[in-house]
Amino acid sequence: MVDHLLSVQDLETQFKTPEGIVHAVNGVSFDLAEGETLGVVGESGCGKSVTMLSVMRLVQCPPGKIVAGKAMFHGKDLLQLNSEDIRAVRGGQISMVFQDPMTSLNPVMTIGDQLAEPLMLHLNMTKEQANKRSVELLGLVGIPRAEERLKDYPHQYSGGMRQRVMIAMALSCNPQILIADEPTTALDVTIQAQIVELVKRLREELGMAIIWITHDLGVVAGLAQRVIVMYGGFIIEEAEVKELYANPRHPYTLGLIGSLPKIHEESRTKLYSIEGMPPVLYRKPTSCPFAPRCAWVMERCWNENPVLESLNPNHRVACYADTTNGSKHA
Amino acid sequence: MTNTDAIVTVDNLKMHFPIYRGVIRRRVGAVHAVDGVSFQVKKGETLGLVGESGCGKSTTGRTILQLYKPTAGKVYFKDTELTGLKSEQMRLMRREMQMIFQDPYASLNPRMTVRDIIGEPLVSFGIASGKQIDERVADLLKLVRLNPDYIGRYPHEFSGGQRQRIGIARALAMNPSFIVCDEPISALDVSIQAQVVNLLEELQAEFGLTYLFIAHDLSMVRHISDRVAVMYLGIIVELTDRNELYRNPLHPYTQALLSAIPIADPVFSAARRRQVLEGDVPSPVNPPSGCRFRTRCPIAGPICAEKQPEWREVGPNHYVACHKV
Repeated sequence: MVDHLLSVQDLETQFKTPEGIVHAVNGVSFDLAEGETLGVVGESGCGKSVTMLSVMRLVQCPPGKIVAGKAMFHGKDLLQLNSEDIRAVRGGQISMVFQDPMTSLNPVMTIGDQLAEPLMLHLNMTKEQANKRSVELLGLVGIPRAEERLKDYPHQYSGGMRQRVMIAMALSCNPQILIADEPTTALDVTIQAQIVELVKRLREELGMAIIWITHDLGVVAGLAQRVIVMYGGFIIEEAEVKELYANPRHPYTLGLIGSLPKIHEESRTKLYSIEGMPPVLYRKPTSCPFAPRCAWVMERCWNENPVLESLNPNHRVACYADTTNGSKHA
Repeated sequence: MTNTDAIVTVDNLKMHFPIYRGVIRRRVGAVHAVDGVSFQVKKGETLGLVGESGCGKSTTGRTILQLYKPTAGKVYFKDTELTGLKSEQMRLMRREMQMIFQDPYASLNPRMTVRDIIGEPLVSFGIASGKQIDERVADLLKLVRLNPDYIGRYPHEFSGGQRQRIGIARALAMNPSFIVCDEPISALDVSIQAQVVNLLEELQAEFGLTYLFIAHDLSMVRHISDRVAVMYLGIIVELTDRNELYRNPLHPYTQALLSAIPIADPVFSAARRRQVLEGDVPSPVNPPSGCRFRTRCPIAGPICAEKQPEWREVGPNHYVACHKV
């Protein structure tokens, strides 16, 4: 356990709403090694973003509440830090890039001022030093004529360039962990490819660990070393990336991979589709959250919620069924 | 220009949106959203139309349905030329041609019940009344695999995938022969996308529908389309059969677009060489001279700045607009 950079244990986060308590994250545990890229995959509402927001203590409280769990980072539990200490970690040692580059920059501040802010705050730089560093940072993320462009406002940048600025800002204090929450979802494919290549290059140059949250199994395949699949606030499968795609075991993961059209496909086959809808989490599930949509469902799945068990050192899955022998009760 | 197996023929269609400035609203320029596209959609096929945001693919779809009045060009539906029709004549034509919209949250009126949403076209064309409407709406709901008991519910009671089914049922209410699907799945979750695509394919087989399928997801377009047209900055740069396009892309933009698709296969992802385009799409207010792709093209030469490349057939049913091919 010592060599883990970040270790999250039994994290539970809930939201109070007028309709009842939403159990968004229901006991999530995972580790992140130094320099590792971890992909977190799942559909909207599966708890992937809330998990990471909880670790960063960015869940708005109320209505949100972290009810249990630990997030160990350098011997400290991030969930227990006081607000001043967590602010020092946030943006400094752990930083975050959000999905929508259009709304996550302040429209009335110049790009230069926004880049300089964390530098002055976390690294105690003077305005002059911060400006100099900002020029370097913009160069690092591939924005030409950096010196002039610092004086521009966000609306003068395109979507892809804004996301580059967000990445520059997140990397400005040399973080050990970069959490990227669907950073390319709002972008076009060719721009998405630019950003993914940029992150790969920066990872090699700077060596930070990355947590990449996405619903796109394609992006993760080309980027991550290990992947976590989430459903209904639980981790349902975790594996090394090649293992996961070659040998998916949970019915949900199988369905997700199967529902993607194959790019090499020459003749048209019907897409595999998972019937039904994602769960609504007003009650903490006591049965398997995927049972209502599962083709392998058994009596036991309705009574107990399976926990993650290791198939081999690189692969954990939370499912009672043996999905490899094809004994599918369709 | 009309062809027997073509249900829709688009001939040099242009759609420019004027830009007005100043106190007297002087016209200072135009957004060249669609700048001369020609293609045919054959009866019973699915033509995929792909491109990045702002390339004019949605505008093309809407202009075909005359939701915008085109700046120039002609659109034929079967043998009727649409751009010259009076509004009442066009209204009647709309029974034959319908649209499914991208955002199932914005395209359904939140104050109308499912009965009113799906039944509205039946009422406005005087096809059914009273009890008949309920029956027809219930049939349509069954068709899109929704429970007919939901007829009195409001849109907020449904999930994204279910709302998209309601949108599809509304489009089917008039028994159309041609449907423009404007990014019908891009707002949906992955597991729901497959459900909706399968439904669209089943309905096509059952009713012999013709689709113009607009999307930016190239792997889904390949799955659903018979032929695919690639758009860039208001023009079509390449058009051919689905397998030919993915096996043998000729236009440098198509090649770049295909190599940018993330592929859910780590072994393949690591092995392939990606061609990453530099920069962003230029503004359609001032498109580049000559070939519009030349500012980002890896193989552009002097001729590309001078002359707009011709639209030509380079192989059987394989059309491309590029000087270098």
